[in-house]
Amino acid sequence: MDKVETGTAHGHEHAHGHAHHEELGFWRKYVFSVDHKVIGIQYAVTGLLFLLFGFCLMMLMRFQLAYPGSPIPLIGGLFGPDKAPGGIMLPEFYNQLGAMHGTIMVFLGVVPLAVGGFGNFVMPLQIGAPDMAFPKLNMMSYWVYFCGGVVMLVSFFLPGGAANSGWTSYPPLSVIATIGQTAWLTGMVFLITSSLLGSVNFIVTIVQLRAKGLSYMRLPFFVWAQFVTSFLLLLAFPPLEAAGVLQLMDRLAGTSFFMPSGLVVSGRPLTVAGGGNPLLWQHLFWFLAHPEVYVLILPAMGIVSEVIANNTRKPLWGYRALVYSIIFLGFMSFIVWAHHMFMTGMGTNISAFFQVTTMIISIPSVVILTALLLSLWGASIRFTTPMLFALAFLPMFGIGGLTGLPLGLAPSDIHLHDTYYVIGHFHYVVAPGTIFALFAGVYYWFPKATGRKMNDTLGKIHFWGSFICINLVFMPMFIQGLGGMNRRMYDGGMQYAHNAGLLKWNVVIGFAAWGLGLFQLPFIVNFFSSIKWGAVVDRNPWEATTLEWSAPSPPGHGNFLTEPVVYRGPYEYSVPGAASDFTPQFEPKGA
Amino acid sequence: MEIPYTVEPRPDSGLANGKLGIWLFLASEVMLFGALFSTYILLRVGAAEWPHGELSIKLGAINTVILICSSVTMVMSWASLKLNNFSKGRLYLLITIVLAAVFLVNKYFEYADHFARGEGPWHNTFLAIYFTLTGLHGLHIIGGIVVMAYLLGPGAGLWKRNPEQYTNRIEYTGLYWHFVDLVWIFLFPVLYLL
Amino acid sequence: MHSDQEAIKKSIRSYMVVGALLLVFTGVTVAANSFHLAVPAAITLALIIASIKGTMVASVFMHLSHEKKWIYGSLLLTVVFFIVLLFLPLLTVAGGIGKPTGAPVVAHESGAAH
Repeated sequence: MDKVETGTAHGHEHAHGHAHHEELGFWRKYVFSVDHKVIGIQYAVTGLLFLLFGFCLMMLMRFQLAYPGSPIPLIGGLFGPDKAPGGIMLPEFYNQLGAMHGTIMVFLGVVPLAVGGFGNFVMPLQIGAPDMAFPKLNMMSYWVYFCGGVVMLVSFFLPGGAANSGWTSYPPLSVIATIGQTAWLTGMVFLITSSLLGSVNFIVTIVQLRAKGLSYMRLPFFVWAQFVTSFLLLLAFPPLEAAGVLQLMDRLAGTSFFMPSGLVVSGRPLTVAGGGNPLLWQHLFWFLAHPEVYVLILPAMGIVSEVIANNTRKPLWGYRALVYSIIFLGFMSFIVWAHHMFMTGMGTNISAFFQVTTMIISIPSVVILTALLLSLWGASIRFTTPMLFALAFLPMFGIGGLTGLPLGLAPSDIHLHDTYYVIGHFHYVVAPGTIFALFAGVYYWFPKATGRKMNDTLGKIHFWGSFICINLVFMPMFIQGLGGMNRRMYDGGMQYAHNAGLLKWNVVIGFAAWGLGLFQLPFIVNFFSSIKWGAVVDRNPWEATTLEWSAPSPPGHGNFLTEPVVYRGPYEYSVPGAASDFTPQFEPKGA
Repeated sequence: MEIPYTVEPRPDSGLANGKLGIWLFLASEVMLFGALFSTYILLRVGAAEWPHGELSIKLGAINTVILICSSVTMVMSWASLKLNNFSKGRLYLLITIVLAAVFLVNKYFEYADHFARGEGPWHNTFLAIYFTLTGLHGLHIIGGIVVMAYLLGPGAGLWKRNPEQYTNRIEYTGLYWHFVDLVWIFLFPVLYLL
Repeated sequence: MHSDQEAIKKSIRSYMVVGALLLVFTGVTVAANSFHLAVPAAITLALIIASIKGTMVASVFMHLSHEKKWIYGSLLLTVVFFIVLLFLPLLTVAGGIGKPTGAPVVAHESGAAH
């Protein structure tokens, strides 16, 4: 089906124009590689491991919430007397788990997998590039991320444990917190630096290294998603880096950027200059953290779009609408952040401004979701494993998005702010939303990276088990939140009378979380065993139209042997009069 | 395996990879310093009183002049290389480094003066933001010196192998350096005068 | 290329001119400070002068006046968000501008608290 000649097996260098080729040693080939595919896999595997670790932290929390004050079974003794004496979780430890679960999932798990992993591996292939624009910078980005991850993990072993002031690290609490918070801030500086370097690389690669004939409006939507995401990372992260430095100075140099005057801690006035503003942190933090949530969802939308187009055998509905919406969404994401701060005492006018921008930003989201839904109309749907996850993404993201609306309006937010409703809302978008899309991406591009397909039966067990359990985990949280149950309470809210009728849901959620964990086992087994024993496939097992499927599975160094040329748009499926139900971008006209 | 457009510009964008890359990096730096300026605004607006006369306007003005001159010498270095005059280019680069070093020496004297009186960043919010803004700016100066020293020393061999790529690297360094100068152009009045 | 060389020589003249202008404007900035204007006027004047200087550095030294669309576009976007970052947080505390917090001012000698 494909007419582009490409390199042969992995490790062989036949790129055109290259006079000599040297075999790289083990370290330069697999550890400090500058090849975007190796780096992408490094990001992906590290990201998946961090997701698993973050999941385990959550399991510990959910046990405590279901059975507050009970000793943690089997492993309770491992945590030591300063975290869980007699196996019973201390509130301090619960807070560490909470702060680190959020931090690890967002910054060490989802973004590295979605952007570092999928972006790095797939994007250059999809645009017909031999690699990223700055391969050495790419390699550095991964290792800086890795260092940040190590710092975050090591922080658990510091005196006082890991950071425990929420992933949001609000001062003054975070400024007077234990040393783990300093480690958190240090780790964040590493992670932010890694992201910034990566985003420059992505943008330059997409602008400069597109193949001949690949105009912007012929780009796969996945590439558009990565493009906009990179701008979000580039422009939104630096304020948090600045804020991190400011908080480090408050903690280490005694400054009062965030420390108000007259603060009293444990009955004694703090000996700081004062005059600082805790809201300053909130502004700088959320200025990043709101675009960050779009960093979490945009690559997922990109992945889902690719999988849907491929498994409906139709072009995506409304390509232009999708592109303009995602650009508009990216822009709007910078001017909604204070909807995380409605309860901080801002005036009604500025509150109205942020409510309006928040309502407006839901429009492009709905356009994208609708376009994807309409893409299913009249389609020949193939229910492959990636497609199951991609299809589930749609209603799950729908629920997540809709439940965001009462949070984005200040009057309803008064009741729902800082309750489990918020937790339910954002987990719906990230967990059965983004993470499902990432699973779809793993199943979809695994053949390209390894030359083998993952097992379908295990994939379907993984899907159905996860889908049922994940809804049982997060749906009850809306009930709890509407009932007024606060978040971040180590005893599950036991102390408050109004929570009495809601506590039983913690047990349900606990069991569902266990189920969810168990159903990841087929995936883990499938992932590793398919690398060795999966069904061997050729270069285009999904019969897809985008450029990456013209390279061999896996692609060699340099990706393409002859210069790839693009002749048409990315989703020419079921073209009337064509010989087959898909016409790849790279197939010459009249062939 | 060659990455295209590392030296010669891509026709439709008109850019070489490094040029776009450095400008994007500078865009992120605008946001970084922007956050600190935002901090300054919020803290000053919330302060009952804001100190005046704590900083030496003379030293600040001298440093402004030094940095402006270094920007001129930096762009002259690039221009000399474009005119194929390697030795002149190197001389201008060296002068830029020297001027940058003098800037840092002046900053050292300013900081030492404050610390001698026990007035560090912990003393009040004005000094906190002053030390942070000028400290971060100073770190950027150091970074610039490191890159320039590399291009003057071990990195200079690239001129023989690929003069256009070397000239481009000087240009990108220059863009970074002018940005550092630009930040100071705003820092000086905001911190020293207002 | 000859025309290239000519263009560079012309640019060198403009670099020197701009350099001199920057020094002049620096002098103006310092001199303006001695007028002791009211704070809002002083801020406005200082920012105007700094903006003029900054524009000169950007357009001449950084060649921004003949740069390409992608650069302009990225910078324009950045400037918009820069302004948002600078002014929107201010608006959330706008009700309290100029009002002292009333909290006790604690005098101290020592440095870092932890």
